[in-house]
Amino acid sequence: MRRMMMRTSPTGGLSLPAQVLLYLALAAGAVVMMMPFVWMASTACKPDVELNKIPVRWLPENPVCLGNLLQLYTTSPHFNRYMLNSALVTAGRTLGQLITCSLAAYGFARFRFPGRDVIFALCLGLLMVPFQAILIPEYMLIRKLGWLNTFRALIVPGMFSAFALFLLRQAFLQIPLEIEEAAIIDGANPLRVLWHITLPLSVPALAAFAVITVQAAWNDFLYPLVVSSTPDTRVVTIGIALLQGERRTPMNLLMMGSFLATLPMLALFVLLQRYFIAGISMGGVKR
Amino acid sequence: MRSALLRWLGPTPLSRRHALWGMALVAPNVLGLMFFFGIPVLMAFSTSFQRWNAITPPEFIGFTNFRRLVDDPNFHQAFVNTLKLLALVVPGEVVLALLVAVMLNQPLRARNLFRTAYFLPVVTSTVAASVVWTSIFQPRYGSLSNLLAPLGLGEVRWLVDPGLVLIPIAVVAIWQRIGFDMVLFLAGLQAIPAELYEAARIDGAGRWQRFRHVTLPLLSPTTFLVVVLAVINGFQIFDQVYIMTLRTVPGGVGGSATTLTYYLYRRAFTNSEFGYASAVALVLFAAILLVTVFQLRIQRFWVYYEAGEA
Repeated sequence: MRRMMMRTSPTGGLSLPAQVLLYLALAAGAVVMMMPFVWMASTACKPDVELNKIPVRWLPENPVCLGNLLQLYTTSPHFNRYMLNSALVTAGRTLGQLITCSLAAYGFARFRFPGRDVIFALCLGLLMVPFQAILIPEYMLIRKLGWLNTFRALIVPGMFSAFALFLLRQAFLQIPLEIEEAAIIDGANPLRVLWHITLPLSVPALAAFAVITVQAAWNDFLYPLVVSSTPDTRVVTIGIALLQGERRTPMNLLMMGSFLATLPMLALFVLLQRYFIAGISMGGVKR
Repeated sequence: MRSALLRWLGPTPLSRRHALWGMALVAPNVLGLMFFFGIPVLMAFSTSFQRWNAITPPEFIGFTNFRRLVDDPNFHQAFVNTLKLLALVVPGEVVLALLVAVMLNQPLRARNLFRTAYFLPVVTSTVAASVVWTSIFQPRYGSLSNLLAPLGLGEVRWLVDPGLVLIPIAVVAIWQRIGFDMVLFLAGLQAIPAELYEAARIDGAGRWQRFRHVTLPLLSPTTFLVVVLAVINGFQIFDQVYIMTLRTVPGGVGGSATTLTYYLYRRAFTNSEFGYASAVALVLFAAILLVTVFQLRIQRFWVYYEAGEA
């Protein structure tokens, strides 16, 4: 009994030296994990003259954050546009998946129709295919549709997902049938049941899926690299790659750009951390 | 004809209505998936038997693309680089993530704070992360060279030296995966019943023995999942290579950083050899599939499923 109580108290059960060692090891690891963020933020605020100083400055002596931000917009005049494009693409894909995947997940979870299990298996089979393996035919398809350099190309294919379908179906299956049946007997049609009963009861799963989708869409690089090459449809990851490719771009501006592109996801994560964790534990897959 | 269709849908009017609802609900997502991903999967096979430069119409050339792969030294190099990268990334991320997860699974204060620190890289864009790490690995003014300066290594050109370039790429990949694997490991660790540890303790098992004989076997289904996902992810490393070699020689000096994914991208979108690149893509897919199936086959030798759970 005494042992069990000790287990529930913080670091109970560990000797004092072991505790110290544990905290030290975890802190050292955390410092290494955080170091790139510190380096990014500090370099983003360094004036040009401090970039090439040896020994390296971990913090800027004369920070010029705002100046560098303005300088970034001079170097890459459409940077805000790229951020906005990324936001549009992210919103379009996420909303699209929320709609198509919750409808389909509900259909697969609660309805019987000919060929259902075969179709579902086919959809799951797509999960096995890595995107790189179909990158070229995907590009050919988009080209054939005349969608290169359009928002349609960046958004529409991303509105469908086998992964979200699988995840949401699992969530819907956990809702007791009786709750839905009561509404069906009252004469509500399936869309009303889905909207008023199933979806509200699945909010944690929907949120977990949404944050994972938002994160993947915002950070997507290879697909936009292939289907869009004009400034009006350029997303922020491509914008940063262009800055990186231009050898004259000084480090502080590169870091400022990376910082801006990272900020929305960091903010989202800090606010919705538990949904990120839940999303990964639920699916075990990131897509 | 009409009655046959009706019978196919269901025996009663009510069941037919039900079936139609189901089909209507799944239709948007299923049709979208089949159109945007199903068709490309089928096309992936056909294009790899063609020569196509995106200008003139595609031409069927049989197995020529695959025969060319056999003798293409650049392809061999990309394949070997991918395997080397896997050898660095997979053990690196799995061992570190397990270590962190076991430490975080202890009852301690500030647990969420630590978890956040280890997870933050996961939500960061790989492109931005690669840009930052490129700066860290800079030969003279990067923070790493500064930290290593006391060791007297001199100027290490991490991203230029063909023998070293895979290391920074692996570092970024590992850094971004630790948090992801850690979350899976933590979920697995929390599912291990506390009574088992109690029983082992009563039997006189020390800390290491409990880890070795209770934690590791009971965690092995999670470890299996983590390893499988790590390998699949490792095969697809692209952004890091693209970004980190962009300022020096794209793809690394002499192709030293070129992975399979990067190679197929370059062949298709720089050299306009779409057919040949499709053959590379097919090999990539086959390799991922083979390794995954192999792992599924050998899991019975090391993955422990409790009776009734498997």
